[in-house]
Amino acid sequence: MSTQMEWPLWEVFVRSKAGLDHKHCGSLHAPDAKMAVQLARDVYTRRQEGVSIWVVPSSQITASDPSDKGAYFDPMEDKVYRHPTFYELPDSLNHM
Amino acid sequence: MYTQAMSVGPQDAAGAEDSTLQAAFDARIDAGDFIEAKDWMPDHYRKTLVRQISQHAHSEIVGMLPEGNWIGRAPTLKRKAILLAKVQDEAGHGLYLYSAAETLGTSRDQMLDALHKGKAKYSSIFNYPTTTWADVGVIGWLVDGAAIMNQVPLCRCSYAPYARAMIRVCREESFHQRQGYESLLVLMREGTAAQKAMVQDAVNRWWWPSLMMFGPPDDASPNSEQSMRWGIKRITNDQLRQKFVDATVPQAEILGVSLPDPLLKWNAERDAHDFGPIDWEEFWRVVNGEGPLNRERLGARVKAWNDGAWVREAALAHAKKQAMTKDAA
Repeated sequence: MSTQMEWPLWEVFVRSKAGLDHKHCGSLHAPDAKMAVQLARDVYTRRQEGVSIWVVPSSQITASDPSDKGAYFDPMEDKVYRHPTFYELPDSLNHM
Repeated sequence: MYTQAMSVGPQDAAGAEDSTLQAAFDARIDAGDFIEAKDWMPDHYRKTLVRQISQHAHSEIVGMLPEGNWIGRAPTLKRKAILLAKVQDEAGHGLYLYSAAETLGTSRDQMLDALHKGKAKYSSIFNYPTTTWADVGVIGWLVDGAAIMNQVPLCRCSYAPYARAMIRVCREESFHQRQGYESLLVLMREGTAAQKAMVQDAVNRWWWPSLMMFGPPDDASPNSEQSMRWGIKRITNDQLRQKFVDATVPQAEILGVSLPDPLLKWNAERDAHDFGPIDWEEFWRVVNGEGPLNRERLGARVKAWNDGAWVREAALAHAKKQAMTKDAA
């Protein structure tokens, strides 16, 4: 077995159609970026699921810490005034 | 396509220091939360998942062999293109699943090594031979049909990377079953007497191994309970098997084939079909390496891995060289 010979891991992002965001859809092993794009096409878009592919070395992704999830995201929970539905307006005022 | 319920290992003793984390984890499972790769999880949950997901991945990859056997001999160009697409899907499914298992901290090479050394299992159904063209259709109909029954509940598995992979797999799987059934319909409706007999023969050979795909009966599957508790498994082996039998009987009627079980009959009281006893000795024999083709299947995988070694090494050497040239420029 030769784990040190394993091809690096890449994260794959696919734009499903023009005008939409690229969305993370999975990962794969490839020796370099060019091969990663080619393999991503075969693994993740066999049924025309995409019009564009991004690949990023997995080691280059920086993520928020899942154990901080509460402290990190909860402060936004009580800021309901950031949503349009917080404001009660007369019915006669259409479509604001 | 093909997971088989036989994957839970012995329970580890939980460390006392983990009890707070364990309680938080249990609460999340009870609340129906998804567990992500970086979240704390009990060791035994992690090991169970690595075992199950890697076995599932191995099954996809080994599962390419019986059908690959017919790509060069498909009766028409259309059937050949369909079969190629299906076998390519199986490779894709294996890759989604290996990626999901890797998020748990086990490398791809470690998993492949376990397969190649015979330590990891794969679905025992692939140790049976595909001797006629009808086998390809019957695999699509019955084997993929059984796999779909097994896999749909896994889309709600508590481990999110596995659930996400399964959603992708299930989306692609229905074509597999439909193409198989349709190719059998053509043989049964337009075929000669010999072709119809060929379909019936294939059904006779694949029916019982397909029922075995759901794993041992619930009363002989003591670890299922833990997997149910963790939300890895949602429906028991026997429940899934029953669902499969009930779904398949009318399909067999439309096709015009019989299922090789004299005890198979509708039970109005249970609102389900009764069926005959499964030969579990055969199941365990095949799982433990004594099926018709265990050695050949594993040999083919090991050979493919060894024959491809120079390609993997050359691609990596090329990538390193390109990176160095780029740095120097």
